[in-house]
Amino acid sequence: MLGRILTVAALELRIGMRNRWIVLATFILAGFSLALALLGSAPAGPLGIDRMTVTVASLASLSVYLVPLIALLLAFDAVAGEIDRGTLLLLLSSPLSRAEFLLGKCVGHFCVLSLSLGIGYGLTAALLWSSGEGEMAGLLDFARLIGTSTLLGLAFLAIGYVLSASVRQASTAAALAIVAWLALVVLYDLALLGLLVSGAVDSLSPSVFPVALLLNPADAFRLFNLAALGASDLVGGMAGVADSLPFAPELALASILSVAAATLCLAVLMVRRIVP
Amino acid sequence: MTPALCVAGVDRSFDRRAIIRDVSFALQPGERVALLGHNGAGKTTLFKMILGFLDPDCGEIAVLGHRPGSRAARCATAFLPEAVAFQKNLTGAEVIRFYARLKGEAPRKALSLLDRVGLAEAADRRLGTYSKGMRQRLGLAQALIGRPGLVLLDEPTSGLDPISRQDFYALVEEVAAEGATVLLSSHALTEVEARTDRILILSAGQMVADDTLANLRRAAGLPIRLKVRAGEETVTEVASRLGGERVNGRSVELLCTPAEKIGRLAQIAALGDLVQDLDVHDPSLDDVYRHFSRIATTDTGRAASQHKGA
Repeated sequence: MLGRILTVAALELRIGMRNRWIVLATFILAGFSLALALLGSAPAGPLGIDRMTVTVASLASLSVYLVPLIALLLAFDAVAGEIDRGTLLLLLSSPLSRAEFLLGKCVGHFCVLSLSLGIGYGLTAALLWSSGEGEMAGLLDFARLIGTSTLLGLAFLAIGYVLSASVRQASTAAALAIVAWLALVVLYDLALLGLLVSGAVDSLSPSVFPVALLLNPADAFRLFNLAALGASDLVGGMAGVADSLPFAPELALASILSVAAATLCLAVLMVRRIVP
Repeated sequence: MTPALCVAGVDRSFDRRAIIRDVSFALQPGERVALLGHNGAGKTTLFKMILGFLDPDCGEIAVLGHRPGSRAARCATAFLPEAVAFQKNLTGAEVIRFYARLKGEAPRKALSLLDRVGLAEAADRRLGTYSKGMRQRLGLAQALIGRPGLVLLDEPTSGLDPISRQDFYALVEEVAAEGATVLLSSHALTEVEARTDRILILSAGQMVADDTLANLRRAAGLPIRLKVRAGEETVTEVASRLGGERVNGRSVELLCTPAEKIGRLAQIAALGDLVQDLDVHDPSLDDVYRHFSRIATTDTGRAASQHKGA
């Protein structure tokens, strides 16, 4: 079983390298993070705060947008694309089980994503470190950012698989993926903000809002990273929430993981029902 | 001996429309069998049921004695779907190694199959550069990994040029000679030619024929068509003496059974100068096929012909 999962994963990784996916994602992540590190750090000097930590705070906000997008773009083709090409018939008529098929895809895509994040953000960390700007704590902040970003990516990979397994055409799945990104990463926050400002849920807000933030992996990711950085004084905005959370920030991390696991289970169930 | 594939009384409908009706047949080990039917006759549905992707509404299917879709059945079956498109940026060798690992075979051993289907030189080229015939041969190589007992090929030669098609059937012959049962589908009898042991014809979801090509020809009892060409002045006389039907002003067309053929030819030869030329048309493979596929459509009347049009 493990052998077949790894076989599917290895092929996915190879395709990721062949079609320049990894190169492109790494390039985007490295480009943005280097730009933030080099251009955005000018005001940090006089504050006497570690420059790496400041960069990580900016990168956390960037990751919320970029990582889900990259994950969804990797995942949307997983099932619908195989149906489109006729290869799902072939794969599922071999001794490969449907759960093995999807988990293999997931492991492969997770590796693609981790490689891109590790190299992309790692380059920036290495640059800051080598220019003598960083301390050990800053390096740890970077490691935490990369680790939690891969976790965020995993959750959105799973969401992408659910979308991909719900349609039979790759192009439809791609459209759904973009809608999902817009809804979860952009509109979700706007909607919460709108509710808060309008006061419509005034009596509910103390209990409902933290839960609403936890349920969305993108928000949970932001909460955890900003809380972990203690960066409220640096970045403001959402970070203010982190200080007054009614739960430990680690719960946010656990929430991402459980959302990812539950969504992945749903995707496996959906793939089981497909007639290829 | 356990049949390689046994299909007994299988029905399947979609949205209350019957796609497969009471289909039964059995394949013995080492047989090469062609499953013929036009588009929409139910060939792909039948394949999906044999692979365990669809359950029959009623009836039984057994693959080498196992339930379709069970691990034992999947390990013993190989399948080449119609119009399969592997990732273009992989090489032939990578595809073979991948499927060998999935099937639990040694990748290195499986690579020798590329040699067998004539792709050894192209093994390290990307699939984007392969021709259609090469991609289909790669598909066949993939299907042969691990010496399957039952090989299912869904329209493997559609869109191939005649030479590629002959090469493909030569490979199928070799595979069957080693003991594998091959069931391949096609939409034309001319495509499978004489390269199969037995022919099944599926029409509007029903199995209307299950026999060798020679027996099918005999059973169809289609007439031989003789076309006699005469001059413009003599055509009336020729028609009256032979008793045939006049076509396009200067020819006479006669139908006869194989037994009458020689006698008829003698009659024509006796006309001497009145006849300018003679064409003899044996019923073509397409005529035989059309004869059998018509059976179902006339039997089941309007519903079937509506389905065929859909």
